[in-house]
Amino acid sequence: MKAHRKKKLITILTALVLLSSAVGLLLFAIGDYADAFYEPTKVVNGEAPLNKTVRVGGLVVDGSVNRSSDSLYVEFDITDNQESITITFDKSLPDLFREGQGIMAEGKLIDNKTLKATKVLAKHDEQYMPPEIADTLKKSHQDGVNKMKDQQSKEKGDY
Amino acid sequence: MANASKSFGRWFHQLGSPKWFYQKSAKWLPWLWIATAVLLAFGLYYSLFASPVDYQQGNSVRIMYIHVPAAALSMVGYLAMAICAVIGMVWKMKMSFMAMRAIAPVGALFTFICLFTGSLWGIPTWGTWWEWDARMTSELVLLFLYLGFIALHSSFNDRSKADNAAAILALVGAINIPIIYGSVKWWNTLHQAYSVTKKGAIAPEMQTPLFIMIAGFYLLFAIMVIIRLRLEIMNREAKSKWLQEVIS
Repeated sequence: MKAHRKKKLITILTALVLLSSAVGLLLFAIGDYADAFYEPTKVVNGEAPLNKTVRVGGLVVDGSVNRSSDSLYVEFDITDNQESITITFDKSLPDLFREGQGIMAEGKLIDNKTLKATKVLAKHDEQYMPPEIADTLKKSHQDGVNKMKDQQSKEKGDY
Repeated sequence: MANASKSFGRWFHQLGSPKWFYQKSAKWLPWLWIATAVLLAFGLYYSLFASPVDYQQGNSVRIMYIHVPAAALSMVGYLAMAICAVIGMVWKMKMSFMAMRAIAPVGALFTFICLFTGSLWGIPTWGTWWEWDARMTSELVLLFLYLGFIALHSSFNDRSKADNAAAILALVGAINIPIIYGSVKWWNTLHQAYSVTKKGAIAPEMQTPLFIMIAGFYLLFAIMVIIRLRLEIMNREAKSKWLQEVIS
């Protein structure tokens, strides 16, 4: 490579390295502020501001969904598998909303356990599969769980 | 090894010649068109009719077969533009700057398709067409970078100044590409995490049509860039003897 080209290439690469470090530091400084939502653990720890519009996200806890019989009002818990908080909402939920599903809710925190939501959005995960496979997976998971239960009760019987 | 580097050197040299490229690409185009048409026709049939519905999203998962290839090309296109910028600045290869300029609007188009199909997909699945999360925001920044590049390039009267200024923007903006890619991992987002590069995340009967569509989109992108590059060559080499001979 000719000397002047080499010099230019080195200049460009140096500039690029410096610039990337600057942007890297910037992103590091932004850190959690670029998160789209607070996880329940952060809400419970008081890291999310009360009475201000915030977004929280987590998985809908199995069996926690309580629907009102005469209105759209609904209460459910979301969790990040460590802490859980309660969401209250009075509009219609998105189609993908179901127990175990990831959701994101926007609204105001009444206390560090409850969010009064004005908007509930469904997240979907990175898994894509046809329904039959999902059923098979679910069934084999259930079979596995049953088998383990059987084994446990057998072991208990042995003792 | 020496042979390989020699033949690479020759290839690099030939690609740097507008005349060589202009004449050769005329022969490539029909074949590229055929390959693209076959891939996209088969891919669209496979993805829109022959592939299964998703266990959660139902039929709306089919938007993925357009959205993901467009997203991939929006990022690959920008990287290609940045590489052209470096080659143009260091080796002063005029073809490189022409290619850089040819890519910009095509990349912008694919970025727009990615954002548009993403919004369409968001309505039935998320319940919203837009959310300011890190993935969507950084992809929108990518669209603005492409448009900024086009605007900056056209704001100079002097062509070589335009090339150099726009090349710097192309290079600086390339930092956004790893940010788009990493956004779903570094921050929590409404957008889901990696599927394409995660093994087993997409069922095989959905992955095959997706890969066919990605291949088709790569070829379509290449065709559009080659056509624009030929126009760019005609524009810039208008006074050269070889071009006048080719045209007449």
